[in-house]
Amino acid sequence: MGNARLLLPESMAPGDVVKARLLVEHPMHTGYLQDLQGRLVARNVILLLTCDYGGREVFRVEPSSGIAGNPLFEFFFRVQNPGELRVRWVDDRGLAGELLHPVTVQVPAGPSAGA
Amino acid sequence: MTPAASLTRLLKLVPARRHWLQSMAQGVLALAVLRAWPARAQGMVSGQLLSLPQMLEPLLQGRVAKPQGLRLELPVLVDNGSLVPVRVQVDSPMTEQDHITHIYLLSQRNPVTQMAVFHLGPWSGRAEVSARLRLAGSQLVVALARRSDGSFCYQSADALVTESACVDGS
Repeated sequence: MGNARLLLPESMAPGDVVKARLLVEHPMHTGYLQDLQGRLVARNVILLLTCDYGGREVFRVEPSSGIAGNPLFEFFFRVQNPGELRVRWVDDRGLAGELLHPVTVQVPAGPSAGA
Repeated sequence: MTPAASLTRLLKLVPARRHWLQSMAQGVLALAVLRAWPARAQGMVSGQLLSLPQMLEPLLQGRVAKPQGLRLELPVLVDNGSLVPVRVQVDSPMTEQDHITHIYLLSQRNPVTQMAVFHLGPWSGRAEVSARLRLAGSQLVVALARRSDGSFCYQSADALVTESACVDGS
């Protein structure tokens, strides 16, 4: 189980298309390299990573050994209502990771909002 | 020594030099074969470069991809193949009717050709993704995008990698 960090813009309004930067801590062993004793390190890469927001999957990536260790992904999605971005991933060993990140959406301050 | 005697000695030297050159060439050839042997024994295909049709065909399956409508940003000179930033932007309105469904990142030399698949949709708002790749040596990197109407577009970029992500010499 690894850690992950997610970066969203400071302020978001409903309907905005925002950029998410996601960094997952994972060695992403390719299965081709050897350790110091000369034994092959078994492949262990993230097989699937999904991001859910507002009851829908907004991003899905299937990486392989061709993605660098501690993978960084940048993607865009449209925000509507305040909620949570739920990142989940699973690797070759079957270990799953999860990250919950709040999505704070500012409702535009209009005359009706102050009432 | 008479001039005639030295000439005959010189003429005798010529076949010796020829033999020496022949044996040297054989030695170099044998060394090259021996050096290539371990790579074959490992069953790795990273030493060989795939052609563009070879890379695209498993995904296209007979369909045609257009080499336009997509931008692939990749450093021209890569110091470290273990960490190569890449950005893919596809021209698409990303509406319900017309959007990008998949973005594939393909490698010409890596043992695993398909480095990553991104799934997008109208909820993405923008058809743009970034990632960091591993590259096993200098090669062509291809980004292939599939539109919601089933058509494909691609863009390729050359990367000159000074240090490979795989230390097997490929």
